[in-house]
Amino acid sequence: MVKYSIFTIARNALTGHQNWPKQWRSPEPKPEYDVIIIGGGGHGLATAYYLAKEHGVRNIAVLEKGWLGGGNTARNTTIVRSNYLWDESAAIYEKSLQLWEGLSQDINYNVMLSQRGVLNLAHSLGDVREGVRRVNANRLNGVDAEWLDAEGVKNFCPIINISKSARHPVLGATLQRRGGVARHDSVAWGYARAADALGVDIIQNCEVTGIKREGGKVTGVETTRGDIAAKKIGVVAAGHSSVIAEMAGIRLPITSHPLQALVSEPIKPVIDCVVMSGAVHVYVSQSDKGELVMGAGIDSFNSYAQRGSFHVIEHQLGACLELFPIFSRVRMMRTWGGIVDTCPDASPILSRTPVDGLYFNCGWGTGGFKATPGSGWCFAHTLAKEEPHPLNAPFSLSRFESGALIDEHGAAGVAH
Amino acid sequence: MTQAFRTTSGGRIDRRKAINFTFNGQSYIGYEGDTLASALLANGVHLLGRSFKYHRPRGIVAAGAEEPNSMVQLGEGATTEPNIRATQISLYEGLTASSVNVWPNVEFDISAINGLFAKIMTAGFYNKTFMWPRSMWMKLYEPVIRRAAGWGKAPTQTDPDIYDHMHLHVEVMVVGGGPAGLMAALAAGRAGARVLLVDEQSEFGGSLLSKKRQIGAKDEAGWIADMAAELEAMPDVTLLSRSTAFGYYDHNYLCVLEQKTDHLPAAERKGKVRQRVWHIRAGQVVLATGAHERPLVFADNDRPGIMLAGSVQTYVNRYGVLPGKKMVLFTNNDAAYEAAIDLQAAGGDVVAIIDCRHEVSGELVDAARALDIEILAGYAITGTSGGKRVESVEVRAIQKGAKVYTSAARQIDCDLVAMSGGWSPVVHLFSQSQGQLEYDEEKVCFLPGKPRQAQQVAGALAGQFTLKECLAGGYKAGADAARATGFTPKRKPAAPEIEEPDLGGIEPFWIVPGSRPIGEGMAKHFVDLQNDTTAADIELAVREGFESVEHIKRYTLTGFGTDQGKTSNINALAILSGILDKPIPKVGTTTFRPPYTPVSYGALAGRNLGDWSDPVRVTSIHDWHVENGALFENVGQWKRPWYFPKAGETMHEALNRECLAVRNAVGVLDASTLGKIDIRGPDAAEFLNRIYTNAWAKLGIGRVRYGLMCHEDGMVFDDGTTARLAEDRFLMTTTTGGAASVLDWLEEYLQTEWPELKVYCTSVTEQWATVSIAGPKAGAVLKKLAPEMDLSHENFPFLSFKEGTVAGLKARVFRISFTGELSYEINVPWANGLALWEAVMAAGAEFDITPYGTESMHILRAEKGFIIVGQETDGTTTPQDLGMDWIVSKKKPDFIGKRSFTRSDTARPDRKQLVGLLTETPDDVLPEGAQLVFDPNVPKPIPMAGHVTSSYYSAALGRSIALALVKGGHGRKGQKIFAPLEGKTVTAEIVDPVLYDKEGERLNG
Repeated sequence: MVKYSIFTIARNALTGHQNWPKQWRSPEPKPEYDVIIIGGGGHGLATAYYLAKEHGVRNIAVLEKGWLGGGNTARNTTIVRSNYLWDESAAIYEKSLQLWEGLSQDINYNVMLSQRGVLNLAHSLGDVREGVRRVNANRLNGVDAEWLDAEGVKNFCPIINISKSARHPVLGATLQRRGGVARHDSVAWGYARAADALGVDIIQNCEVTGIKREGGKVTGVETTRGDIAAKKIGVVAAGHSSVIAEMAGIRLPITSHPLQALVSEPIKPVIDCVVMSGAVHVYVSQSDKGELVMGAGIDSFNSYAQRGSFHVIEHQLGACLELFPIFSRVRMMRTWGGIVDTCPDASPILSRTPVDGLYFNCGWGTGGFKATPGSGWCFAHTLAKEEPHPLNAPFSLSRFESGALIDEHGAAGVAH
Repeated sequence: MTQAFRTTSGGRIDRRKAINFTFNGQSYIGYEGDTLASALLANGVHLLGRSFKYHRPRGIVAAGAEEPNSMVQLGEGATTEPNIRATQISLYEGLTASSVNVWPNVEFDISAINGLFAKIMTAGFYNKTFMWPRSMWMKLYEPVIRRAAGWGKAPTQTDPDIYDHMHLHVEVMVVGGGPAGLMAALAAGRAGARVLLVDEQSEFGGSLLSKKRQIGAKDEAGWIADMAAELEAMPDVTLLSRSTAFGYYDHNYLCVLEQKTDHLPAAERKGKVRQRVWHIRAGQVVLATGAHERPLVFADNDRPGIMLAGSVQTYVNRYGVLPGKKMVLFTNNDAAYEAAIDLQAAGGDVVAIIDCRHEVSGELVDAARALDIEILAGYAITGTSGGKRVESVEVRAIQKGAKVYTSAARQIDCDLVAMSGGWSPVVHLFSQSQGQLEYDEEKVCFLPGKPRQAQQVAGALAGQFTLKECLAGGYKAGADAARATGFTPKRKPAAPEIEEPDLGGIEPFWIVPGSRPIGEGMAKHFVDLQNDTTAADIELAVREGFESVEHIKRYTLTGFGTDQGKTSNINALAILSGILDKPIPKVGTTTFRPPYTPVSYGALAGRNLGDWSDPVRVTSIHDWHVENGALFENVGQWKRPWYFPKAGETMHEALNRECLAVRNAVGVLDASTLGKIDIRGPDAAEFLNRIYTNAWAKLGIGRVRYGLMCHEDGMVFDDGTTARLAEDRFLMTTTTGGAASVLDWLEEYLQTEWPELKVYCTSVTEQWATVSIAGPKAGAVLKKLAPEMDLSHENFPFLSFKEGTVAGLKARVFRISFTGELSYEINVPWANGLALWEAVMAAGAEFDITPYGTESMHILRAEKGFIIVGQETDGTTTPQDLGMDWIVSKKKPDFIGKRSFTRSDTARPDRKQLVGLLTETPDDVLPEGAQLVFDPNVPKPIPMAGHVTSSYYSAALGRSIALALVKGGHGRKGQKIFAPLEGKTVTAEIVDPVLYDKEGERLNG
């Protein structure tokens, strides 16, 4: 792998950039792999990377039905944080955040992690109670967290409206200073390049159409590019997890909903932190290109179509202008939708399944982007060792039988 | 300043009405009917801005929505707007605008120094650098990148304007008011359909406004006027100009932004709605959205003065402006020759036509030759020069297929380059409607394929590029749409005689070769002008393994600008297809996403601001609370009195007073907000049996029972009392915040799981006002108000209700209690709430009856250890965790949540359980949300044992009290537990949650 740096850029500039190598190959699928990862998004590519790097597995393929990073990796609002309420969630998201903090250097690809601080606003006495509870839990878990009152919120984000006469006034906020945003595409590309360099075959335009099994054990996949044998299969196909599960005769406790996001036209810097409000269904940050990146609530119907309803956006912008009245004349440039797979407890599944050799990583709901490195790291461990890492053991499918749910409805960005 | 580039006559501007405006601090004059772009061009101003990365000088390229460059900051102060395209701004008196993202000014922009680093700043360069040292990313690199990014500035003040939303149903909606759209609207309108015609421009006519045509006896202006007049006269036809259809959703649902006042001088805007979003549901949609011209990609094709040929024609014919006086035309098609002919006719000089095709012939070519314009067939522009305006072009002969040069360079001086690479139908809305595109080799463009919705296409969108085709195609589309919605179109009128030149031919031509490989040397072949994406960037992306068109878009940013790549997408695609050596249709297109053009947040929010952003719900007693100094708490959408401070009282003092009044005499609470659901039907009791954890079948008529409901996972999600009004009728109460979700829950189960049950649920929350009186004197107060009612404990026991007359009002009185005191909840019809409340206050005066709010209610119930769902529960709490096993039926065959209680984790003995806490220091009030630990002296992460759910100062007990969920708490009574707070650790003893009147003796007064 050619190391990226300002020096290699300068050297290549002298030759008209004619000599850059491919960031990843486009190999033909081999007849057999030790591990096949279904889904070439951030989580899948991270899984492949850590499998190769941490566990020395070399014969890996990532199968992507479209173009890598084209699913929810390309469609989220790029927020990164780890201030979850429950110990189990805090541990895995904090692992993820720690990986984020060294990721650009680790994979030699600038993922533009910007730890500009994440505010989660409280608009009611109940929100305040929950916010304080979360800050206290985070602190005892070693996760950085602060509670700000309304004035503190205003100091941290001066353009926010904290008027008491607002419909749902800002009463305070939790702040995680290490939270922030990262550039989503770079995450997929960086992991792809790093995984490819370790020998992982990334095979795009290769849709899995069937899971082959013998005697309760996986033997491979059927794809639009032919059958491929595999000893183990890791499914990381957010938005379509239940579709793949059905191919293996499994039903997952997952519902799929459209979730929309939008960006404004690029404007000069106006907000330098991330503001989230679960109560009024808005989250906002400003990209390095100057666009206001905003997420909305989910559509309540089930769907696999990557588009949502217009009224959700109108509702969201009403709420947005309550918080940021100065955005009224800023213009929405582009909207899009993705499909989120959500579990009943709003926590993910990283787990073995009743089918031997078949593993699922899914159910990240509305908040999977932030988990990308940690999710890949844990899932790689699970695939390599054939048992979960302690960090993801609580997120096994068995919790839906035992009842050991990790209910994070309160901590997720949007209401489910 | 004089308008040195204004023609002597013609155009659709009103030369009698001069308009003063200011650009970059300089005053200019234009005419009514101008856009800011046309007025600037009339004054010889081409330099409007700088490019995104390299800060190269940029000017006006197009004349409409497709313009990639000329974004300006429009207006000042509270009404300023960033990034508005000069080509879409109607000129008005007093307009001020300035260039964006330049410093100190557009003429001398310091960031142009970036051009020196252009070789470094290739596509995706930021992925490859700024990583060392790690700490500098946040400290230096990112702040510099952010400061450089962005175009205009957001206002710093609140928007003074108002916006609104409208909804409209029509049989036929026509998008685009050009010749095809006008004909479509006419056909549908004449057939009698309700028709809506929308067009983004200030007037109807579309491309016809830019051309000279004779249609029958009329010229183009006369024909447009006739059409508009006939449509306006039709009562069922709605015409909206300055209205852009920006989104096309499922089931023919379209959204339109109407700009109602943006073209008016500031003084005339006051009090008017600025913009309106129309929500249209149409039986049939006719898309007649036209086509955008494509630029040609050649070396340094970005200098001010290099424009689209059709736009040059628009400026000449529609606005009476010569964008230049010495023009070179560069084209791959005949149609663009018309721009040269029109410019020459208007007094400009066309110095050469550079046609990359080797054989050129046809009516327009002959006409150009007849004007003695030099035509260089088989030539291409291989370079341009000029600083802030193009000054000359370098042309060379090229081989067929455009791979190599075959001649030496020749310089041609000019001040304007018009270019045309052909036309791309505006397929954005069609694509949004999920229609697939098909590539047309002959017309060199993507055309709409089979529609996926009830839809017709017409005009240039459908590849109908001549006026004759447009008129016929438009009429047919309108008639078909009318027929499809049940109307009979009138007989098609005879086609008028149309004078227009032959369209002529076109040859695909995507990029002019360089003398060196693209990307080497200093020249840049721009593909996306707004994002400074060059052909070399696309080549680099492919070289680096990005092959999907979506990857190319994301890696090079082509098409990612505010213009969404209207002029660049197809060129990028074609160049990619050339590099990959794949046919264009195999490369695929990127997704067209709403909105078609940007829409202000204000317009999208409409009136959903302030109190209208979420409905405010108040009780019928609300005004009394306001008059009596209540402070309010938002509970869901409701405003509830939080507490009633007297003058000079602190919150603490007020709460003590309110609570003691209830404990010692009588207090009164407005409980109207509690959710109330009327449940009827022969299976109502069975239904409740399945919904609640306890048994309901045997509840007697006239009796009331408290119930908990759980989700399937066995976790508590709402509670409340339910009364049996009749054998087949119950009145359920829910929490205030949970009312809607409980009703949804009931309906979901009735509709999807148990459709066999005959049960009907109706929300009656706002049919009944509820006044709750509580305290030892509650009975005495009620006795005064309802002397007829038998209040004896035998005949009106706890958990029962009576109907009767209270204060002369028809009422239902429930004997239930959330405070532990003798308590009556009096329900009267909503409208009588205030009358009842005032009667209660009057009757209670002798006992010093005290109104109290939610906070005192919370304290009083916490003293009794009563839970609040959402406070003591958080979706992870079972009834057993709450110490409420008594409410979980062991006998019922099934109810929601039952199965889960036997699951290993749910049945685990060391779950977090509800307990009371008494702090070691009685004055220490723990913060709600404090985490609890058994051992505070271990390093982080410290194992947490639970958390404080409720915490108050109890006046009745004279100390602080708290409720908490603690691991294995039921078995830990008497043990110590610690709350490590910031700065200190509070110690508390775990106790029973019932802290006051443990025997429950006060219920009877």
